[in-house]
Amino acid sequence: MVFMNKTLGRHLREAVKSLGRNAWMSIASISAVTVTLLLVGTFLVIMMNLNNIASNIEEDVEITVLIDRTADQNAQNQLESKLKNLEKVENVQFSSKDQELEKLIKSFGEKGESFKLFEQDNPLNDVFIVKTKVPEDTPVVAEEIKKMRYVENVQYGEETVKKLFEVVNVSRNIGIVLIIGLVFTAMFLISNTIKITIFARRREIEIMKLVGATNWFIRWPFFLEGLFLGALGAVIPITVLVVSYNSLVNIAVPYIQGSFVELLPFSPFVFQISAILLLIGVLIGIWGSLMSVRKFLKV
Amino acid sequence: MIEMKDVYKTYSNGVLAINGISIKINQGEFVYIVGPSGAGKSTFIKLMYREEKPTKGSIVINGIQLENLKEKEVPYLRRNIGVVFQDFKLLPKLTVYENVAFALEVIGENPKNIKKKVLNVLDLVQLKHKARSFPDELSGGEQQRVSIARSIVNNPPVIIADEPTGNLDPETSWEIMRLLEEINNRGTTVLMATHNKVIVNTIRKRVITIEDGKIVRDEARGEYGLYE
Repeated sequence: MVFMNKTLGRHLREAVKSLGRNAWMSIASISAVTVTLLLVGTFLVIMMNLNNIASNIEEDVEITVLIDRTADQNAQNQLESKLKNLEKVENVQFSSKDQELEKLIKSFGEKGESFKLFEQDNPLNDVFIVKTKVPEDTPVVAEEIKKMRYVENVQYGEETVKKLFEVVNVSRNIGIVLIIGLVFTAMFLISNTIKITIFARRREIEIMKLVGATNWFIRWPFFLEGLFLGALGAVIPITVLVVSYNSLVNIAVPYIQGSFVELLPFSPFVFQISAILLLIGVLIGIWGSLMSVRKFLKV
Repeated sequence: MIEMKDVYKTYSNGVLAINGISIKINQGEFVYIVGPSGAGKSTFIKLMYREEKPTKGSIVINGIQLENLKEKEVPYLRRNIGVVFQDFKLLPKLTVYENVAFALEVIGENPKNIKKKVLNVLDLVQLKHKARSFPDELSGGEQQRVSIARSIVNNPPVIIADEPTGNLDPETSWEIMRLLEEINNRGTTVLMATHNKVIVNTIRKRVITIEDGKIVRDEARGEYGLYE
């Protein structure tokens, strides 16, 4: 696999020349790569953001312990120290029923005003807000707390988190199947394009063999052609990714500020995805040309 | 220079093309290979530049042992052998100059030397004035001279010509023969497979006659045998 600098220019010229010579096949292959990478890009952006949001939520999971109304101050203190003594608990915070009502009113915004009626006769409980050291321990700790005296009930966002992760997993699987299919289509088209090039060049290849060109010398232009097809296919997806993610961030950020939904920042996220897309494009191209070269170029 | 010992070649379809050939050809010789069609001349030639592998026996060309030559070493063997064909095998989209330069470019010759070498060899075949022409603008004889130029531009010690005059009229054939003799006079070994009785009987050289895959005659100043 000797790649001499003095012949690099020649291989590049040859590869570019045949891109032009089979213009239509080249365009078809590039389009296949483009479609594939657009999908891969969209998929990656959605998946990585969903994952990010899911883990943000997961980290925010807290257990709300509703204190029995019959508990006096003494019982309440006892409960607090019992909660604090639990091994897996990080911290415990008290929140009075008035504070809880205020939170509730706030979370409903304008419509929350109607809850103000309850200010005279608050139906809510005083609560302890318990945070575990590890998010995964939440269900176990919650069960344990439920059994304690003076605990009316416990609430935590178990269902929400579970559902979110389920959505992420299902869409990931669907996406992966779809993308694998597209990757193979793109590879097949590229390998066909290269096959046509090899066929158009069979005379040259024959003479190259006769005068003693090395096998790698003969193969290089075809590898480069595949590589170019793949890399060119990545141009549009990367442009689309950069432009659209930038405007997505600009448009969405004011709306979602302060909520648990959070987009990954433009940099370095977009550059990482661009690099991944380019890499996939190039690999598809090289793989496609490898298939043809092995099959049709008996060198 | 060229040495074959008990060489046999059976094709995968069972045809026995070479049936025990042993031969020695020295550096600087001019040798005709003659024989009826299907006698094994082409196979004999293909064995030398490793287009075909012998089924049995040993072949040495310019010190290179062919029978255990690795695939990736074949290109380096071929740089020792110039090959000329009846149908010229020129690239139609390249000029005369580019066709000859092509042979040097693809073996990684330093670009600085290419121009000088190509012009030298075009001078030898008297086609310097046609350097910018395309093959289809040339006569058959001129095309064959380009193909000969291409085969010798790398200065190989041997050139093998498979019916080089097969497509040419008698007048042009003599032209090609004079050129091959001139190349031979510079010390290059020339092997030429031919059906041209007049040439073989006029320009008298060593003649190896092959029939049914065997050498039936090998004369220092031979004559064309009696074939139809």
